[in-house]
Amino acid sequence: MPLQGGVIAISGLVKRFRVDGAELTALGGVDLWIAPGEFLTVVGASGCGKSTLLRLIAGLEHADAGVLSHDGAPIAGPSLARGLVFQEPRLFPWLTVAQNVAVGLENAPLSRAEKALAVAEHLTLVGLSAFARAWPHQLSGGMAQRVAIARGLVNRPDVLLLDEPFGALDMLTRARLQDELRAIQQRAGATTVFVTHDVDEAAYLGDRVVVLAPRPGRIREIVDVKLPARRDRADPRLAGVRERVLRALGEDPGYPRPALVADAAWRRPATLAPAAVLQ
Amino acid sequence: MSRRALRGAVLPMLLLAAWEGASRTGLADPRLLPSPEAVAAAAWHGATGGGLPGHLAISICRDLAGFALGAAAGLPFGFLLGLSRVARTLLGPGFDAVRQIAVFAWIPLIAMWFGIGETAKIVFIAIAAFAPVALNTAEGVRSASRDLLEVGAVFRFTRAQRIRRIFLPGALPSILTGVHLGLINAWLATIGAEYFMTAGSGIGGLVIEGRDRFDMAQVMLGVLLLATTGFAFNAIAAAGEKRLLRWRRV
Repeated sequence: MPLQGGVIAISGLVKRFRVDGAELTALGGVDLWIAPGEFLTVVGASGCGKSTLLRLIAGLEHADAGVLSHDGAPIAGPSLARGLVFQEPRLFPWLTVAQNVAVGLENAPLSRAEKALAVAEHLTLVGLSAFARAWPHQLSGGMAQRVAIARGLVNRPDVLLLDEPFGALDMLTRARLQDELRAIQQRAGATTVFVTHDVDEAAYLGDRVVVLAPRPGRIREIVDVKLPARRDRADPRLAGVRERVLRALGEDPGYPRPALVADAAWRRPATLAPAAVLQ
Repeated sequence: MSRRALRGAVLPMLLLAAWEGASRTGLADPRLLPSPEAVAAAAWHGATGGGLPGHLAISICRDLAGFALGAAAGLPFGFLLGLSRVARTLLGPGFDAVRQIAVFAWIPLIAMWFGIGETAKIVFIAIAAFAPVALNTAEGVRSASRDLLEVGAVFRFTRAQRIRRIFLPGALPSILTGVHLGLINAWLATIGAEYFMTAGSGIGGLVIEGRDRFDMAQVMLGVLLLATTGFAFNAIAAAGEKRLLRWRRV
């Protein structure tokens, strides 16, 4: 397991886009150091540049200024050492579930047998061994996203990047996948960067929560979540983290009515996890 | 036979009955519309001693040769148009202009260049099959999913992997539509070639010969054979599409 590698260092990162002839600064000077094995969540209103940040780390975009490095090597393009899971599963509809996971290994220096083994292992990891030969259109949204996670992990990358992967799922599936992802991340030991606009999700999953402010995208605050790896959604300390994240977001007029959001954030997990409340 | 196939047979059966009725009641002039029995007799005569199977085989071989040639040229041309912007700007307008020429308008030119023998016929059929294959292939390749191409980029796909893993399977439904249309076009062109370049054999030649001898039973027989063969090509193409695209939601 790649416990040593997986350091992402970012300094002075600037990214601009041209939209309808006008220049838009998506990221205006981001400095961030991500520790190996860390679970970092990035939260912010839409348009704050959080997806852009993730795509830059993945190597899908190029920075206009600043330095990005992975274990000391500058990031110049995509690498098999950095897995990326998109908001949509983006499965190949003409490949079965197992073949879709194997897509990740297309350029991996492994033998055919080793690839088959890795695919089977990762399907087990996401609980989909029984669906290896199913077509993507036969899967539910949650299952499809699990396949995408297995594909993102199958190379055993030391950095896993996730771009609002549970955004389109219903609440129950979402809560279950959040727990699965944390468990998987702890087993795999990969440095994880998880982008979301959901404050609950960011607080529940992250070792640290990076709060981004928009126009231009920059880090407003980094909230340290000093909580054990095994988490309880009803933990009152989690509410404190949410409170801090919301306050940081609230300084941004683009994020609507923090008091109301905080209220909803407090109630939702409790109704989601009654067992946890009873304990 | 399935229910659906039975339902599909209703209309042809009714037509046959109407035909039979018209012949029996003397409503139709037997010199212009021979009775089904007369056509069946012509078929029997043709099949047993008149060389009908040979004519049919010649037409089908001619059709397949032309189609294969047209599709073999259309596929790579479509891929080129779909993949390369340069090729699109360079060749696209010319291709669109040439496409406007009705396929039968080629016959005088082809006749001048290749005569009216076998080569000319096959070239003509190939031209008819080329356009739909090229057009649909280009369209399918062009509409490749940007999202999946990005997944390919994340996994460091090479150009060959992009084509094999994303462009080709993504364009397959469209390519098969083109192949299917090409097959239909090729069969129409086969008949046209046999009508207009009348040197030699084939079902089309048989029909023309029947007309010249005022043998309407032979004409009817030829037309029926053309329809049946076209129908068979269509069914084979549809079954092939279904098999190759079984990953799609039905």
